[in-house]
Amino acid sequence: MLPLAAVISEPSLFSLEHLPRLPQRLVELLLGNFGAPEWLVSIAGFLVAAGTVVGVFLGGFALLSLIERKTLARIQNRIGPNRAGWFGILQPVADGIKMLTKEDIVPDKAEKFLHLLAPILIVVPAILALGVIPYGREWTPVSLELGLLFFFAVGSLTELSVFIAGWASGSKFPMLGAMRAISQMISYELPLIITALGVVMVSGTLSLPHIVEQQNGGFWHWNFFTPWGFFAGILFFICSIAEANRCPFDLPEGESEIVAGHMTEYSGFKYALFFMGEYLGLFAISALGITLFLGGWQAPLPGLGFVPTWIWFFGKLAFVIFLFLWIRGTYPRVRIDQLMRFAWLCMIPMALLTLPAAGVWHFTGRGLLSWVLVVPLLLVPWVIVGVIFNKRLAAATRTYTFADG
Amino acid sequence: MEAQPNTPATSPPDKPARWVMPGLGLFQGLAVTGKNMVQSFYKKERMTTVQYPEERAPISPNFRNFPFLVYDNDPKAGLRCTACSICEKECPPQCIYIVLERDENGKSLKRPKVFDIDLSVCMNCGICAEVCPFDSIYMDGEYELSTDDRFGGLLFGLDRLSKSAEYHMKLRPEQASEVMARRKADEEKKAAAAAAKIAKAKADAEAKKAAAEEKGGEQ
Amino acid sequence: MVSAPSTYSSAPILEGSDADQLLRVSLGPQHPSTHGVFRMNVVLDGETVVSLKPVFGYLHRNHEKIAEGVTYLSSMPYTDRLDYICPLSNNWAYASAVEKLAGIEVPERAEYMRVILAELTRLINHTAFMGFILGDMGAWGSALMYAFRERELILDLFEDLTGARMMANFMRFGGCRNDLPAGWAEKCSVLVDDYGPFLDEMEKFLVGNEILLARCQDVGQLPKETLINGGITGPMLRAAGVNYDIRKADPYGIYERFSFRIPLGDKGDCYDRIMIRFLEMRESLKILRQALDQLPDGDYVNPKIKIRNFKPPVGEAYARIEGPKGELGFHLISDGTVNPYRYRVRPPSFINLTLLEDMCLGLDLADVVIILGSIDIVLGEVDR
Repeated sequence: MLPLAAVISEPSLFSLEHLPRLPQRLVELLLGNFGAPEWLVSIAGFLVAAGTVVGVFLGGFALLSLIERKTLARIQNRIGPNRAGWFGILQPVADGIKMLTKEDIVPDKAEKFLHLLAPILIVVPAILALGVIPYGREWTPVSLELGLLFFFAVGSLTELSVFIAGWASGSKFPMLGAMRAISQMISYELPLIITALGVVMVSGTLSLPHIVEQQNGGFWHWNFFTPWGFFAGILFFICSIAEANRCPFDLPEGESEIVAGHMTEYSGFKYALFFMGEYLGLFAISALGITLFLGGWQAPLPGLGFVPTWIWFFGKLAFVIFLFLWIRGTYPRVRIDQLMRFAWLCMIPMALLTLPAAGVWHFTGRGLLSWVLVVPLLLVPWVIVGVIFNKRLAAATRTYTFADG
Repeated sequence: MEAQPNTPATSPPDKPARWVMPGLGLFQGLAVTGKNMVQSFYKKERMTTVQYPEERAPISPNFRNFPFLVYDNDPKAGLRCTACSICEKECPPQCIYIVLERDENGKSLKRPKVFDIDLSVCMNCGICAEVCPFDSIYMDGEYELSTDDRFGGLLFGLDRLSKSAEYHMKLRPEQASEVMARRKADEEKKAAAAAAKIAKAKADAEAKKAAAEEKGGEQ
Repeated sequence: MVSAPSTYSSAPILEGSDADQLLRVSLGPQHPSTHGVFRMNVVLDGETVVSLKPVFGYLHRNHEKIAEGVTYLSSMPYTDRLDYICPLSNNWAYASAVEKLAGIEVPERAEYMRVILAELTRLINHTAFMGFILGDMGAWGSALMYAFRERELILDLFEDLTGARMMANFMRFGGCRNDLPAGWAEKCSVLVDDYGPFLDEMEKFLVGNEILLARCQDVGQLPKETLINGGITGPMLRAAGVNYDIRKADPYGIYERFSFRIPLGDKGDCYDRIMIRFLEMRESLKILRQALDQLPDGDYVNPKIKIRNFKPPVGEAYARIEGPKGELGFHLISDGTVNPYRYRVRPPSFINLTLLEDMCLGLDLADVVIILGSIDIVLGEVDR
């Protein structure tokens, strides 16, 4: 018994643009129709909205676990999983069944409760962080005024759960992995936040939907295509690789050195939860990067407004995630001391540089003057760093001799 | 011999590396993997994997896996093996077990009563085929020999080892036809020798007879 | 702080106040990057290696003792299983030891075939090495798959020739087991021509990569004297700049007829070890090209050699070749029977491994894995 009058009064409800909000609106209208109290309607609406996000990203997780394997396989000239279902489409299901039916092993010396808690704790903040991202013009699950702050506050919980996992396992490889994870994530969180601050300075708001709205009008209005935003975006991307524990910064799980890092002593579904947390974290950090630098749900050209905005968002997400996979298929891992040196001696100073640049840009406005002022401000230090690197690389060049006799 | 001291280079180093910009190597790496990914969709030499149970990589005619025994015409009587045990002795992992068949009087019948090869021990080296002087044992190309019966299923007896000469001919035509030709020539030679022997014996006997007759005539 | 261990199988005994600050980790035998069943008892201070004791023997198969109990020919397939990445070099080393013992001449064509096969084996080994070392560095198998893609092509050639992809069992005393099949040399020529572009691609992929430079340079270098005293051979020694290649220093076979160069390294760290192998592959291609062009007709095996009941005269012989991993030697003592009285292998992997701890001390845990990878061991040869 749908409230027909209400549906007719909201003709946009069934448009593609509003599709993700459809369940939420339907529940709200239905409950309102039955005369439920206001608070119940809004709570139910929130729950359904949250459920939509969780559902979408759990589906995304399943899909990504397959796509990642397929992409890496293609990079390595293989075919990848193709046995379960059509083109291996059922592989995530098969993996899930395998994970669920596996024996759950808890080491004798583990802290039993914390050992159980860690995999749960790693999934929760990722889902929370996904809640504040604006996915479409009409689709922001939770529109917070301090969305960016909330994102970083929740995101740093991941470090805690990784460390809990490593410590509670009562084993050596997880402990080493946890130590690596904690130092790496804290070091890279700093430049990550600093680069995001530039966007905040220019936009003048911490609300993610507002940040997106300010980037409207074609891709040249996106923050990434301003001089400071370009540098900040690249730095943000590098930091997000480290935050998501992806190759070449996947030291916490560095499988060739410390077996599986903090996940070594986990099996079965707890192990799957770690993967889920990792992938959801990857989604979250990529989504934030898109929101801050790539214009969020904005279409790249003004004339493309007829495509639903959330399709643009997920298209950009797919592209960014493909970059992650491509990098994973190419690079070896860095060493822990190099990682830390890179963070503190390169990333943080460079990230700090983007702040004055963003300030200058903000006050001079978009024009020739701002380009003239901002580009040298950023380029000169980058060139200096480049020259230093070049010298070191020249020193690294080897000459090989050949003996004929 | 001691290591020699480093002699001065007599040739210039190949391709001195040049650094244009930091991070160039990283982009080169991405270019290589990207190229491989794209080409894997349409270039045959990039995608070298085959989907095993459905498709199989071509097998070289020379491929060897597990030995088999050759028989001519009859699987029991035509077995070329004479149970000489040379392969048993030369087999590196000693996975061949042979018992000679004898008749009631204990006389050798020159054929194996038991000829077992343990697949789980055999290392498919082909030495048995190489040392066999009777052209009896050859290497098969069959490679899907796995079984879930770990004891009986992996022990190959005479019944599973014996294969016809036609099978050998189909498997390795070159080798088999050479062997057949040699065997045929040998047989002909043997037959000729036997015939010559018989003829000689006959002649001898006749000569003897004639001599005896002569002797008798004399007496 | 750390005293010598009482036995190699136990963890080092730690003394002093900061002993409880140290972390004892047993890397292996079940570990993703110990190249098989190899174990390192590592003591870590943070992530810095304080002590490292290799433990091996998990793959011990009694190779030498078995060889003393079987005939000379029967040991040949066992040598395939020493360094299973490059069986044909092992075959050659063993065959040349027996030839030296019994004074057997090898026909011209067989010598050429041996050189071709040994250099193809060197290509296989070094190509696979590139994949393995990248795997040790944490790259997600791309380099390994590219390397194995090309290795498969060489293995196809081996299958055509010997009947097996890896366990070739091909060399015989006084030659080889069978002649080259029709068209084999042409196929090999095509492969040699195509290998250069692959090496270019691989070099582009690896050599300039800044992460690889950062990981490999100045890691695991030792002074030349230490390496020489430790008996290190092969690319590891040459990476440190010592001009010692048995193909030139003590020529065997017909290597004197080919013109090729020995690449020598600069500092002897892991990066040089990788680069030396790249350069060696290019030199191998040169040798292959010359050998294929000059390949004569004739016997592929000395026809006077009898295959059954082979008994070399009483005596003793040591023959060695420059295997892809270093000096591979076989020492045989014959008492005139069908079995060798003593059979001894000088395995390059095993002897190159002896300086592992010296290279690793004071470095990171992650470096240990790369150094182990750069030594290029195969546990089948280490443990025998």
